[in-house]
Amino acid sequence: MKANILSILIETRPESNFESSTNFIEDGLLDSLDMVVIISEIEEQFKVKIDGTDIVPENFCSLEAIVRLIRSAK
Amino acid sequence: MKNFDFPESRSLKLMKVMGYNKHRLVRDIDCSSDLVIRGFRYLSDSLLIDVSSIDALIVVTQSPDFLMPSTSSVIQGELGLKQDMLCLDINQGCAGFIIGLIQAFSLLDQDSINRVALVNVDVLSRKVNRQDRNSYPLIGDAASIAIIDKKDGEEIWANLKMDGSRREALMIPAGGMRLPSSPETAEVYDAGDSNFRSKDNLKMDGSAVFNFVQTEVPPLISDILNFSGKSDEDIRAYAFHQPNKFMLEKLADKLGIKHEKIPMDVVERFGNNSGATIPTVLATNLKDQLISGKGLYCLAGFGVGLTWASMVMSIGPLDFCEQIDYP
Repeated sequence: MKANILSILIETRPESNFESSTNFIEDGLLDSLDMVVIISEIEEQFKVKIDGTDIVPENFCSLEAIVRLIRSAK
Repeated sequence: MKNFDFPESRSLKLMKVMGYNKHRLVRDIDCSSDLVIRGFRYLSDSLLIDVSSIDALIVVTQSPDFLMPSTSSVIQGELGLKQDMLCLDINQGCAGFIIGLIQAFSLLDQDSINRVALVNVDVLSRKVNRQDRNSYPLIGDAASIAIIDKKDGEEIWANLKMDGSRREALMIPAGGMRLPSSPETAEVYDAGDSNFRSKDNLKMDGSAVFNFVQTEVPPLISDILNFSGKSDEDIRAYAFHQPNKFMLEKLADKLGIKHEKIPMDVVERFGNNSGATIPTVLATNLKDQLISGKGLYCLAGFGVGLTWASMVMSIGPLDFCEQIDYP
């Protein structure tokens, strides 16, 4: 799952170095528009529906956070 | 998307998810009153209304012609409306149609007021930096005019909440008395994430606004349906403020409402035109049903302030319900 998520992140922001970041939001690698694109991809690839109230920066700050988000939506 | 450093694939993805497509923007010389006066002259020239019958003019705007006088006074003067009337500006945006209706209904309780013209207008593209990708692709400019007459009718239900403690989620920092415009406030800076704006420009915390809508609007709608004793089955359509398609889809999912009952395409056709989005839904998506008969509708506006408000009411058949172009 992590590899697929990383692939989505890289496709969304190819110029960002996600692997060296400890917080994608604080490090400026993702913004709110990116979160929208990522959610759309996640919902399509993992066949889940992300609740609107879960679309907060804390759930997109790391690969682990995004994995937790997807698992909670399953 | 040519203003931004987006790869084409991302632009296309955003277009699909957010509903970016076209937006209608005024020229740098156009002001709110210009759009409104065009609308009133159309109504008058088409013999749809006699403007001298207007007893109160409410203009809901966050992009007035001047700090003073009010934009409603400008419009009254330019149209030569009667002196025995009330001209009132309300500083509101996204929830502005609901706020304006609440004010209009209150005024119509007065014996001397029989007809209220409610205007929602903004030319906010003039305050959005073209290199702010959070805001510029979404913004639209428009004016709406609703003529509301006193009439015995059915009940109208409304609810309203405000939270000024979260006001900074959507604001224009400079240009008022707190921070007057200056060469310093006009300097463009990197706001982070490659978004560029000055303090004279609109700024929006996209995540905060999104979360606010997803958290606060569902209980608002549940409350108004409970309060009115109505259910989703009774509601013919939902005319919601139009921030973007993604947010409305998530809202519909949260509320358990079929997407077909909530028009979501104003942004892709006109842009997010602030307080005029609900009237745009009424005059375009719902025009045929509003002209032909009566139905029960749920309206909701949410955004700047922060403000969130909804209304359940019967609407129709309307004497006129049209969208026209400017200029």
